[in-house]
Amino acid sequence: MLNTKTISELSDLLERGECTSVEIVNDVLASIDSRDGVINAYLTLDREAALEQAKSADVARAAGKTGPLLGIPLAVKDLLNVKGQPCTCSSKILEGYISPYDATAIAKLREAGAIFMGRVNMDEFAMGSSTESSAFKKTRNPWNTDHVPGGSSGGSAACVAADEAVAALGSDTGGSIRQPAAFCGCVGLKPTYGMISRYGLTAFASSLDQIGPITKTVKDSAILLEAMAGHDEMDSTSLSLNPMTAVQLMTRNEALTEIPISDPKEYPSDTNKQNGMFSSELIDDHSLKGMKLGLPKEYFVEGMDPEVEQAVRDAVAHCKELGAEIVDVSLPHSKYAIAVYYIIATAEASANLARFDGIRYGLRLDGKDPAELYGKTRAAGFGSEVKRRIILGTYVLSSGYYDAYYLRAQKVRTLIRNDFVEAFKQCDAILAPVTPTPAYKIGEKTNDPLKMYLDDILTTPVNLAGICGLSVPCGFSKAGLPIGLQIIGDSFKEGNILKVGHAYEQTTEWHKQKPEL
Amino acid sequence: MKYEACIGLETHVMQKTRTKMFCGCKHEYGAEPNTNVCPVCLGYPGALPVLNMKAIELCCKAGLLLGCEINPHSTWDRKNYFYPDMAKNYQITQADEPLCLGGQVMAEVNGELKTFTLERIHQEENAAKNTHVSGASLIDYNRAGTALMEIVSNPCMHSADDAFAYIHALKLIMEYGGISDCDMEKGHMRSDVNISVRPVGQEKLGEKVEIKNMNSPSFIVEAINYEIDRQIDLIESGGAVVQETRGYDPDRGETFTQRTKENAHDYRYFPDPDLLPVEISAEQVAVWKSELPELPVQRRERYVSELGLPDYDARVLTAEKSISDFFDAACKQTKQYKLVSNYLMGKVASLVTEKGIAIGESRLTAETLAQVAELVGGGAISSSAANELIDVLFNEGGDPKAIVEEKGMAQVSDDSALEQWAEEAIAANAKAVEAYKAGNAASVNALMGYVMKQSQGKANPPAVIAMLKKKLDA
Repeated sequence: MLNTKTISELSDLLERGECTSVEIVNDVLASIDSRDGVINAYLTLDREAALEQAKSADVARAAGKTGPLLGIPLAVKDLLNVKGQPCTCSSKILEGYISPYDATAIAKLREAGAIFMGRVNMDEFAMGSSTESSAFKKTRNPWNTDHVPGGSSGGSAACVAADEAVAALGSDTGGSIRQPAAFCGCVGLKPTYGMISRYGLTAFASSLDQIGPITKTVKDSAILLEAMAGHDEMDSTSLSLNPMTAVQLMTRNEALTEIPISDPKEYPSDTNKQNGMFSSELIDDHSLKGMKLGLPKEYFVEGMDPEVEQAVRDAVAHCKELGAEIVDVSLPHSKYAIAVYYIIATAEASANLARFDGIRYGLRLDGKDPAELYGKTRAAGFGSEVKRRIILGTYVLSSGYYDAYYLRAQKVRTLIRNDFVEAFKQCDAILAPVTPTPAYKIGEKTNDPLKMYLDDILTTPVNLAGICGLSVPCGFSKAGLPIGLQIIGDSFKEGNILKVGHAYEQTTEWHKQKPEL
Repeated sequence: MKYEACIGLETHVMQKTRTKMFCGCKHEYGAEPNTNVCPVCLGYPGALPVLNMKAIELCCKAGLLLGCEINPHSTWDRKNYFYPDMAKNYQITQADEPLCLGGQVMAEVNGELKTFTLERIHQEENAAKNTHVSGASLIDYNRAGTALMEIVSNPCMHSADDAFAYIHALKLIMEYGGISDCDMEKGHMRSDVNISVRPVGQEKLGEKVEIKNMNSPSFIVEAINYEIDRQIDLIESGGAVVQETRGYDPDRGETFTQRTKENAHDYRYFPDPDLLPVEISAEQVAVWKSELPELPVQRRERYVSELGLPDYDARVLTAEKSISDFFDAACKQTKQYKLVSNYLMGKVASLVTEKGIAIGESRLTAETLAQVAELVGGGAISSSAANELIDVLFNEGGDPKAIVEEKGMAQVSDDSALEQWAEEAIAANAKAVEAYKAGNAASVNALMGYVMKQSQGKANPPAVIAMLKKKLDA
């Protein structure tokens, strides 16, 4: 069953000629066929194209091409543009839209030989924390199908947890990768803002959105990050960085150095891309000696599930055993993160979603004039959560309210970021829970949006600060639902959090557990 | 009571860039609709804008030509409104921190040189072009996202004449500066006019009305004059001007209400998170300054001081950049500056009017016009022959010397021919000869006219006079 394996395991098997990409894709398809009727992770599946790509990858490998992603199938959250595939963002308003172009991250993965199996479910336009706001289906948590998979990248996390995919791509605006990864027992990485080009990622909140991987191991996340990271001339907010290899990302402590894009000499030569990069000596060094890990008291919030708190505190103790020094840090303004987030994110969304107007693509309901056409189309095309956020965002930007809401929120955002700047003077990474509770039941919070918003309290500060965060499995509740450990790093210090995550994961057994399906 | 109008213009100028403001699509006029488009300018999901630095350069150069201060740190904002001409349903513009601040336009109004001050120039993107046909609207996104800058004046103009002179001066500077072709018919330059009236002596501005989107300067003049009268009449009859947006109907010569204040858009400006601020260093500004072209007023001075033209000629020639460029090019080939100027203002100008084509569209070139001036200056052809020659060159082109030969236009300065014509003239005009001998020197002109007629204009006039005098005085 090749679908149960990780990217790096499959890459080794492919390299040694012990399996083919076609076999991998077939196993993934078989798993989807047997399980997705219950899990409901996939919106559309591109069987023929996936098998074609797999054949091409096998031919390319026979011709001497190599690479950790060559012939590896991936599931794609339905808001990333893949040329020729639908991109509905789980919304009726984009039904029928076929993307005419590849997102930059997709183009890079395509270049590396990855295969795009199909589109996976999400909260409509990434607005939600349970994937229940999808206009098309309710995705279930593979660990307990009465429970939500989390969101908004719920389809991505569920398909990886159910071995219906080897790995998946998601996006994280306020926790949308880390939270479903935690709920489904996967690894989820939200990279630093600017690390991966946003070109081709349908925008929810432009100053917060980042593409990232949901995988079975930390190493797989590092492999995908390495393939997608780097400056893109199509995204002004993507930074010019010296790309590093997955091993460098996991084993080094220093930040990636920012370099001018005009100096090609600074880029590593192809030798870095060769196979020796996953040397076992580097990977198997799981010591955290010399690393300082911060523990923010404010992140063990009132009302937190005691099982979650215990699992995270146990993980902290485990890191200490691996040699890390644990220091207390304070992030006093994080308690305002939800309020700030729901002003800034909705303000940006109100403009970003204006383009879905029925004029050029997607759903159109005709009207006697443009205003009526817009009104009818958007009323029929958007779900209630999306409408709620557009209205909220429109309100906070309105004349007379802008200063009180949007401007003030931006100021508090700076304070939240400054807290992290101070904290990272004392530590290399911060440990915290991802969510206050494990996955809740489907339908449990749909009638109380505010309650659902408040669950994002531990993840939104990372997006507001523009820094990076990783979710790694760190235990299970008595009811058998996964619990996640959040490892937060400073801007472009993915290396630190991947190193901590990898050391923790490889010295624990949580990531090896599989749901019974 | 006497009233004073206060008028401010917001002038949109389309910059001469090769590609659009935020994507790599070509910026060209007249292409097949919706062919110069991409995910960015069509507002597709996930597409992002990236700055066109050439547009930034042209906007800043326009600012430098107008004496603006270049903002070292300028930012981008989203202006939200729903309309099918704006693919994203927001326009990327600059609300708080524009590229250029302050500045002024100098313009001559009825012989008086006036200074009109500017508030700012900011960069933004153009909208698509909507065409309304029966029962449907068609949208061409080729123009969507092209570079458009907005030059905002202070409410410092007080009449339609002021506004007309301002627009004309601005257009000239944009053309000379290589910022824009300012082709009105292609919509390269459009203005919104803000207009209010107040009793003379009152400092506070009256309630203003905005008249939107006019590209013809003559319509702007008509609209302003109508609007001033309308507002004064309204106040005089006990009413009050209400703040609103009006349109101008050129057929009826009237402005009409488009949108009242209550229905005004709330554009909900906020910083565009997709674009970083533009940082412009003092070094960059210095480089752009050194690259600035000569402006009309500077050219005019040079024509007078270096080429010795009368100020009148200098002003006429520089009033249109194409003519002035033609003049400069011709003056590289000849030192007969005044003759070139005479032909451009005279024969060439009348041909341009007569044929209704621009000088660049004719067959006449700066080289051939320079050769004509050389031929006249060197005495090879007469002035009247020169006009005939220019006519041929304008319509058909060709080599001036070959044409002179072919059409027998050369002036005759040969003594034996002149002597014969002079003798014939003296024999046939006894009265004039008598008058000359009686002391009326001017009557030699009558004799010359005869010679010119006999020679069919080919005789060289100064040589004819000399020969006649020689014969008469002998």
